[in-house]
Amino acid sequence: MAGILVALLMLILGTNDALAGSKISALQIKGSDTMVNLGQAWAERYMEEHPDAFIAVTGGGSGTGMASLISGTCDIAMSSRNIKQKEIDQANAKGRSPVEVKVALDGIAVVVHPKNAVGKLTLDQLADIFSGRIANWKQVGGADAKIVILSREVNSGTHVYFKEHVLRKNDPGLKTEFAPDALMLSSSQAIADEVAGNPSAIGYYGMGYISPRQKVIAVAKDEKSEYIEPTIDNVVKNLYPISRPLYFYFNNECQGLAKEFIDFALSPEGQAIVKETDFVPIK
Amino acid sequence: MLRKFKEFVIEKLILLCGIASVIFVALIFVFLLKEGLSVFKFVRIGEFLAGRSWYPISEPAQLGILPLILGSLWVTFGAAVISVPIGLGCAVYIAEIAPGRTKEVLKGGIELLAAIPSVVLGFIGMVTLVPLVKNVFHLSTGLTGLSGSIILAFMAMPTIVSIAEDALYAVPKSYKEGAFALGATHWQTIWRVLLPAASSGIVAAVMLGIGRVIGETMAVMMITGNSAVIPRGLLEPLRTLTATIAAEMGEAVVGSEHYFALFAIGIILFIISFAINVTADLFLHKHK
Repeated sequence: MAGILVALLMLILGTNDALAGSKISALQIKGSDTMVNLGQAWAERYMEEHPDAFIAVTGGGSGTGMASLISGTCDIAMSSRNIKQKEIDQANAKGRSPVEVKVALDGIAVVVHPKNAVGKLTLDQLADIFSGRIANWKQVGGADAKIVILSREVNSGTHVYFKEHVLRKNDPGLKTEFAPDALMLSSSQAIADEVAGNPSAIGYYGMGYISPRQKVIAVAKDEKSEYIEPTIDNVVKNLYPISRPLYFYFNNECQGLAKEFIDFALSPEGQAIVKETDFVPIK
Repeated sequence: MLRKFKEFVIEKLILLCGIASVIFVALIFVFLLKEGLSVFKFVRIGEFLAGRSWYPISEPAQLGILPLILGSLWVTFGAAVISVPIGLGCAVYIAEIAPGRTKEVLKGGIELLAAIPSVVLGFIGMVTLVPLVKNVFHLSTGLTGLSGSIILAFMAMPTIVSIAEDALYAVPKSYKEGAFALGATHWQTIWRVLLPAASSGIVAAVMLGIGRVIGETMAVMMITGNSAVIPRGLLEPLRTLTATIAAEMGEAVVGSEHYFALFAIGIILFIISFAINVTADLFLHKHK
């Protein structure tokens, strides 16, 4: 009995020794579901080039990533929204101070059913539609049908961005909310499917999801401006009004692999991967 | 000496296993209470339970869960209306009428139904049931409480059928023979003798089926639309308590009022399913 225990103990100690002796360094990246594919693409390429590095990328939502960064269980948090003051306070209380790096851009496309006659809207019209003030398609030049509003769940960075920048027009004083009868769907794919099958639906998702099964709405800042389609060019040139930055957050004391990985993500090679995964490079 | 020592150790180990589940439940409940009750530092209990707006991430957050409670109740009610008659009918058929081979096939089928993961049922519902509900009732969307109720009814059926069937099976044979001897037909025997005699087990079956429905998360999240409005019927989108926790927990800032509110919703769910299970237990042991 005791013999087994000793053997077990030696095994555990032995493995530890072996791990410490080797040069493998590990990096934990966690956060935004929007960015998981991008993060994984970066990690895979980086590990191909640096076989002694190990990078694990997991999703869970921007808030999950922040929570892990604060508690120290991940090295880099991916986030599709800015860090909140409350989270900074919590991190400071633990002696950490998160640093923000912008790593990519994402355009948010507003989509309707391909048969919908409406093809362009202003930001004000979008705000009115998603907050429920415009309830019928004929008010914006479409058929006489009730508008079915599709939104992501509140755990989505996309939801938060859309509310703050479209519904509330970047004005923190505005208290506009999504209409209470807006359908809350748990994934961008669910929105894509529902829009494709429902002629009176309107929804939003990241540009990567655009497909011929939905019709993309051209958006204008106001009635006098030009209506712009969400294309990579338009987002890079900052013409399309609904685009957002994607961030990496890390704790200031973390160096080494984390720093190298972020440098890689920002390099021309890293930014080429951004384009491959249907996001928009920052340069 | 060594034998006695061994005996002692094993006894204590088994004791530990025996009370482990109780300890876990207690720990979970304590944790739920500790985290959930903190929400009442931010919002009064009346506002929380009867508030009509659920905007948890706004500043200031609006944490009214009345739409969510009613959403859960509506879906559960719909699922019960569908699954109880079908489930009981099925149980009676299996226990009393079906010949040997049919019985085995049916029982196997029911067990298989219980084995389908809820996310799979949700996915099937999303692809097939949601468009069907939309077209049949001419709605603007098929993501409604009714779609959720139908899928949940499938999930409650196995529980209802197997427990109700056991209850019918446990009715002493002499009751049935007595009824036949008095000249009752088979149906009269089932309706007037067997069902009343098995009533406590049947009520327990229904309660446990409902307990399964109210705690179900994945399928309802996928097909009920999740709008936090006070539902006026089953043909509208609605949002349940479980879906709210599942959808929002990932993003809630730890230690925020939103985070505590989700735990408080957990307490409410815990209380509801605890009440349902206790009721079922009372009925199950009524005649024992």
